Amino acid sequence: MQLLSSAIGRKVVMAATGLFMLLFVIVHLLGNSTIFAGPNAINAYAEKLQSLGPFVWAFRLFLLFMLFFHVIYGILLTLENAAANPGKYAVKKMLKATFASETMIWTGLLLLAFIVYHLLQFTVRVTPDVVLGNDAKGRFDVYTMVAGSLKIAPIAMVYVAAMVTLFLHLSHGIQSIFQSAGLSNDKALPQYTVIGKLLAVIFLVGYSAIPVLILAGILAK
Amino acid sequence: MILDGKAPNGPIESTWDRHRFEMKLVNPSNKRKYKILVVGTGLAGASAAASLGELGYNVEAFCYQDSPRRAHSIAAQGGINAAKNYPNDGDSIFRLFYDTIKGGDFRAREADVWRLAQVSNNIIDQCVAQGVPFARDYAGYLDNRSFGGAQVSRTFFARGQTGQQLLLGAYSALSRQIKIGTVRMFPRTEMLDLVVADGEAKAITVRDLVTGEIRVHAGDAVLLCTGGYVNVFYLSTNAMGCSVTALWKAHRKGAFFANPCYTQIHPTCIPQAGEYQSKLTLMSESLRNDGRCWVPKRKEDCRKTPNSIPEEDRDYYLERKYPSFGNLAPRDIASRAAKEQCDDGRGVGPGGRGVYLDLKDSIARLGEQVIRERYGNLFEMYERITDENGYKVPMRIYPAPHYAMGGLWVDYDLMSNLPGLFVLGEANFSVHGANRLGASALMQGLADGYFVIPYTIANYLARTRPGKVSADHAECRKSVEEVKGYTRKLLSVNGNRTVTEFMRELGHLMWNHCGMARSKESLSEAIARIPAIREEFWQNVKVGGTGEEFNQQLENAGRTADFLEFSELLCRDALDRNESCGGHFRVEYQYPDGEAKRDDENYCYVAAWEWKGIDKPPELHKEPLKFENVHLAVRSYK
Amino acid sequence: MSDHTSEHRTMTLKLIVWRQKGQNEPGRFETYVARNITEHHSFLEMLDVVNEELIREGKDPIAFDHDCREGICGMCSTVVNGVPHGGQERTTVCQLHMRKFKDGDTIYLEPWRARAFPILKDLVVDRGALDKIIQAGGYTSCHTGGVPDANSTPVSKAESDYAMDAAECIGCGACVAACPNGAAMLFTGAKISQFAALPQGQVEAPERVAGMVNAMQECGFGNCTNHYECQAACPKGIHVKFIARMNREFLKALFRAKSGSHTFIGEGQD
Repeated sequence: MQLLSSAIGRKVVMAATGLFMLLFVIVHLLGNSTIFAGPNAINAYAEKLQSLGPFVWAFRLFLLFMLFFHVIYGILLTLENAAANPGKYAVKKMLKATFASETMIWTGLLLLAFIVYHLLQFTVRVTPDVVLGNDAKGRFDVYTMVAGSLKIAPIAMVYVAAMVTLFLHLSHGIQSIFQSAGLSNDKALPQYTVIGKLLAVIFLVGYSAIPVLILAGILAK
Repeated sequence: MILDGKAPNGPIESTWDRHRFEMKLVNPSNKRKYKILVVGTGLAGASAAASLGELGYNVEAFCYQDSPRRAHSIAAQGGINAAKNYPNDGDSIFRLFYDTIKGGDFRAREADVWRLAQVSNNIIDQCVAQGVPFARDYAGYLDNRSFGGAQVSRTFFARGQTGQQLLLGAYSALSRQIKIGTVRMFPRTEMLDLVVADGEAKAITVRDLVTGEIRVHAGDAVLLCTGGYVNVFYLSTNAMGCSVTALWKAHRKGAFFANPCYTQIHPTCIPQAGEYQSKLTLMSESLRNDGRCWVPKRKEDCRKTPNSIPEEDRDYYLERKYPSFGNLAPRDIASRAAKEQCDDGRGVGPGGRGVYLDLKDSIARLGEQVIRERYGNLFEMYERITDENGYKVPMRIYPAPHYAMGGLWVDYDLMSNLPGLFVLGEANFSVHGANRLGASALMQGLADGYFVIPYTIANYLARTRPGKVSADHAECRKSVEEVKGYTRKLLSVNGNRTVTEFMRELGHLMWNHCGMARSKESLSEAIARIPAIREEFWQNVKVGGTGEEFNQQLENAGRTADFLEFSELLCRDALDRNESCGGHFRVEYQYPDGEAKRDDENYCYVAAWEWKGIDKPPELHKEPLKFENVHLAVRSYK
Repeated sequence: MSDHTSEHRTMTLKLIVWRQKGQNEPGRFETYVARNITEHHSFLEMLDVVNEELIREGKDPIAFDHDCREGICGMCSTVVNGVPHGGQERTTVCQLHMRKFKDGDTIYLEPWRARAFPILKDLVVDRGALDKIIQAGGYTSCHTGGVPDANSTPVSKAESDYAMDAAECIGCGACVAACPNGAAMLFTGAKISQFAALPQGQVEAPERVAGMVNAMQECGFGNCTNHYECQAACPKGIHVKFIARMNREFLKALFRAKSGSHTFIGEGQD
């Protein structure tokens, strides 16, 4: 199957799976933002999500599938590329590559680790810091759980660090999606780059605001 | 001996069509039994190898570069002529034929030139079908520009890289045949000998430039498409690897060398910056459309910055000497005029070998923007090389050798006097006479490769049994041994001077004594001095390394050794031709106003020289030229 | 503007050069001194000067590829201080001039480094893999003769200019040398884009992209991770939009294959 075996097909797979995860990152940020509206909003949002039942599971499976391909192909491509360029230069000056573009595999693997941790913490809820309980309306109290964990400074720092990693990964990754999928040209490419960086900044600020504000005692006092 | 070019007789318009019918054919199923060796993969070689492979012949192609895409055809900037008459401005096959004969100063064979003009249109069709991105107008049709020596716009172009695009087109066709398996490609392989068995050219001996292996490739015919020899002047616009070696080896095996003295000097090159430099870069002649050439009137002004020299102290020498053509005088005249000013001590720049090409007046008249649109890439190139801004200070230019009209003698079928040896493109002498018009070199290379040799080679092969000579033939084995011995000899001298020093010395001598202006004295002196340089070379050259490895010193040494022999022939031909015509200017033969004075009475022939040995003068054979369709006339640009 | 009326100042430079006897031999850096270099020397003329000196001393001169020395043949190929062709915009190393350097500079010279380009000697590599990519489809399969009149198919000026932008590639391989992944995507993309823009290239478009992409992989080139180092190093300024175009052409070919309108070369082969 050319899509999975050819040099370009694999890049398209990376782009497509990346795109779906990017969409999730957007939706997830919107969902998270309900925390700024207080306990009631985020708990209501969480309950609504839970009530979708099989759809949630289908969605989760789909994303897991995307993640799986993205990770496998990311590793595979990195190994292939390392093999294609075995003799390193004694002196190598990069003209256009960025720290972000050169560290995609590492930021990617760090994000994978973070995703595992994040799921264990707030989805499977097995990490020791997690506070479980229901709110006044009998719903699961997401607000207290999140606030409880993120008040712990090291955990908040992990979250901020993860969001910096995400920023790096996406500041290169978003424009890459369009380039790899063949949707780019000389006029569009600079625009994709700007949009990509802008989105990456929005994610960084938006997501990091939650642990930072909680840690600073501004949110969830 | 009076040579016969075997050009068909009768009305010129139908010569090629009749000849195509009269030639013998090789049956399709027999074609694969014939092996054809193609040396060189420029426009002529690549197009020939691709076309012959496609016809079903078994082709082996060789080039010294690392890929067939790099031959020096790639450097041609201007364009390619064809008699399409798309602009409806009165062009025709006959007009292209006429312009080429006249431009060549009546020293080419009429029938060959007619055929070139006739197939020129097919070339454009072929290239477009290959995906060559020629310039187009807003309606999507092909665009044409005008070029020197013609009053019609018949030049097709692809920005300033026409040669590159045409070569890549031929290379793509060649690549397709390599993939199919009809052509086997041998890059980084240099031909070092031609094997002649029973009077026929049947094999070549080559050196693998990576491993140093010397081996023979036997076939049924050999095509030399190895370009020109103006690197004999050391200073030239040719690529560093261009050499006379393949032609010279063939010449030593009996192939006649025709008109070696016809060399073209291009007037608008960037001058040499220092002794270390041999490669000169050419800038399109079109600059002279808007530029004025001048030097200071007084010698003492030559070292001043040009902008500080007032108008009244400048000598616009072309306008002074040629009031009607002025700065648009033809290449040879403009080149010689520049040399005269420099010889007079009024040259500018390093070594006083340069004249100013000033676009100041055009910039004032049209604005810098217009000039930038027309010549921006040339100004950029000039600045990259000289670090001078041509918009602010006049550019410095100087003439440099850039094309060889002479080459191995061939008949109408492009076959040399040695049966089985064909010579295509710049390497043969056939169509440009004594002077080549702009945008005609590309046309000839592709005409020969795509549309002439596929027909004419059959005329030879049909008369010969395939596989007559194999690699273990005595002549082949002898050739390999000779080449090995020659290589060992080069490596064993172990003297004190480098190959480059010899090449530089030879080049200086050739440029000064046999360059833009030649005289009996200068040529005689060169002929007397060359053997001494050659002798010293074999006593005192230093070539390091071994023959069994990648050894660029050895490659250069071999090429220089051949130039050291060939240069003498070039001078002899120039001395023998007691007239001035085209690129050959003898100071004794000129009109009072400096125009070249041709002698049709005594020199209307092709001079084809036969090798007689290193210590013996070559023997001259003449092929008389007949002009039945274009009447002999003085070529005047007054 | 340089003042050519005064004698040129000369420079002395330290060269640290990769020396390697042959393809399977170990290589190492050696240090040389280039003396009496003026600002008007081109980079390769500077190397000529050094080599003349080495030859006189009876040492092995530095092998490097070069031919036309006017930036069009694509033969020259040296990484100068970590950048293929030395980093002057739209300039091959043969057109790079020594005025870009200062007296006393140290200059690193290395060959193109990529798995697909084995080193033959010193700074000389084997770029035959690029020829293989072209052989896999970088052409139209037209016969010599028997083609329609050149003006029978108009091509819009925009498409023709686009094709020319792509066709300017000189095949030097700097894109591969610059790519952290040793990929030939820019080289291949440019050729595919040239044909994709022209009507003459349409008939074989799917086979072309499939064949060339396949050849690229088989030759051992890497994949694109969109660093765009290739464009930055390209002496002809070939744009990475041609890589995107290749990707698009690849997907088009794939979907057309799925819909059964043609067979996808490479599928079912090997």
